[in-house]
Amino acid sequence: MTFNARGTYAIFKNELMRMFRTIFGSILSPVITTSLYLVVFGAAMGDRMDLGGVNYGAFIVPGLLMLTLLSESTSNASFGIYMPKFTGAIYELLSAPVGVAETLIGFVGAAAVKSLILAAIILGTAALIVDYSIAHPILALGYIVLVAASFSLLGFIIGLWADGFEKLQIIPLLVLMPLTFLGGTFYPISALEGPWQYVAMVNPVVYLVSGLRWTFLGESDFPIMLSFGATLGFLLICIAVIGWIFKTGWRLRE
Amino acid sequence: MPEPILNIRGLEKTYKGGVKALDGVDLTINRGEIFALLGPNGAGKTTLIGSVCGLVRPTGGKIEVFGQDLATSWKNVRRQIGLVPQELSFDMFDKVIRQVRYSRGMFGSAPDEARIEEVLRSLSLWDKRNAAIRELSGGMKRRVMIAKALAHDPQLLFLDEPTAGVDVELRRDMWRQIDMLRDRGVTIILTTHYIEEAEEMADRVGVIAKGRILLVDDKDAIMAKLGRTEAHFTIDSPLAELPAPLTGYPVHLEEGGTSLVYRGGDGTGKGKREVAELAQLLTREGIAFSGLETQESTLEDIFVDLLHEPVETAA
Ligand SMILES: Nc1ncnc2c1ncn2[C@@H]1O[C@H](COP(=O)(O)OP(=O)(O)OP(=O)(O)O)[C@@H](O)[C@H]1O
Ligand SMILES: [Mg+2]
Repeated sequence: MTFNARGTYAIFKNELMRMFRTIFGSILSPVITTSLYLVVFGAAMGDRMDLGGVNYGAFIVPGLLMLTLLSESTSNASFGIYMPKFTGAIYELLSAPVGVAETLIGFVGAAAVKSLILAAIILGTAALIVDYSIAHPILALGYIVLVAASFSLLGFIIGLWADGFEKLQIIPLLVLMPLTFLGGTFYPISALEGPWQYVAMVNPVVYLVSGLRWTFLGESDFPIMLSFGATLGFLLICIAVIGWIFKTGWRLRE
Repeated sequence: MPEPILNIRGLEKTYKGGVKALDGVDLTINRGEIFALLGPNGAGKTTLIGSVCGLVRPTGGKIEVFGQDLATSWKNVRRQIGLVPQELSFDMFDKVIRQVRYSRGMFGSAPDEARIEEVLRSLSLWDKRNAAIRELSGGMKRRVMIAKALAHDPQLLFLDEPTAGVDVELRRDMWRQIDMLRDRGVTIILTTHYIEEAEEMADRVGVIAKGRILLVDDKDAIMAKLGRTEAHFTIDSPLAELPAPLTGYPVHLEEGGTSLVYRGGDGTGKGKREVAELAQLLTREGIAFSGLETQESTLEDIFVDLLHEPVETAA
């Protein structure tokens, strides 16, 4: 049972081309949104925030990056697998010599790569608006890759699970968005009032934001290993779920 | 000696809702043949194809393709299989040529622009290669589906109602396509509701209903076995009994001797010949007749007959 490298590449390329078919939706819109946050919160209100020496603009860059990574990875990957299910084009994938590995690398890989491209553009744009630097560039890159891959996997699962456009939107909109906004994108958890700190600690996105912030600023709410471990654990859970899905043919084969 | 390319044994599929779509299907397809699977709506044709192509998980039975067990060697085997499903389904916003390249790649074949061009030209799609699929007419879209299925040069091709909703001209065009594929040695299994399509194209015909194969045979053999000619002679003055020279034929009198009815033949033209002989005999005997109606039974009649008979033997 040999790995179908050509098939994997074909899926990957097709997905990437599909995602970049409309430049506006795929690049401009997330970049503009992020820039607006930076201008409004970072440049305009930044002076009023006291973060003990850290510039507020530089503080929210990793938070905003995480916001974009989570929403883009999830929505791109979920859309990527949902669309062929919706149009019926999935028949081809099911009849092709393409297994779990090929499908995952093709679909999830393309979504993750798109997120990485977007992350690079956003970091470039952010440099024009606020003054920031990256304390641990290699670790930052590794962490971004890990997050992009994990949430593309989550998106893939959502895309398989969804049997209507509504379900496709529900998790990103009702779960991911609130968790990210409440997850310390715009403020340090230590700034929260007593009990709210404990509430925040059950929000998994807090650890993601904290981890990325650590690679940028060199300090954060939680130890980096905790963040890293949590993200890796999440990635493994996603892979296990997908393995089960393919084994049972759930939502794929009749 | 025919070489089996697809061997299905005891195939069963019960859908989640409890519908038994396939009920112990046995079928062997030989290399290079064109096999037409006929059956009414809901007979299980699409389910049967889906089971071989990986769209449906069978609940029982065994499938061998190219002598390999599909359950374990599916990845090797699928490189050689092409499928044109019943419904039009693809990324409507993509360009024709990109979709065809995509299919070729997905099935693990190396890029080959010359072959892509050949496939597109043979389906008269070359001029439309850069059009978005959604801009094409329905018939053209169907051709794109076929182009996608042919892009990786499959040895075994499934066509699920390839000419549904296609006009006569395009249908003839499609038949020419199938002929060309036959010349290339491709084995084709097609399902159809158009009897003339099976008669025109197929080497062998299988009839399926309610998830069971009722009959499989050479198309000509089916016609010979079940093909019938029916003729009604309207006799001017009623006959009391059958004239002696006619007794050797499968004829009898009806309607008080004013109608002579012939039922016979075997689909090889024997029926027509005998009717002509009968006409000459009647003239020679001085029996005047003022009308003659003849009817050849088509595959369709055979098919309807079969469905109304209890299942006797499954091939
Ligand atoms: N996904 C499904 N879930 C449940 N039942 C199904 C499913 N697909 C098909 N069936 C049922 O299985 C039976 C066989 O369907 P199938 O599509 O194989 O028939 P068919 O011979 O291709 O019909 P047609 O000529 O209309 O295309 C039908 O009773 C159908 O309702
Ligand atoms: Mg069907």
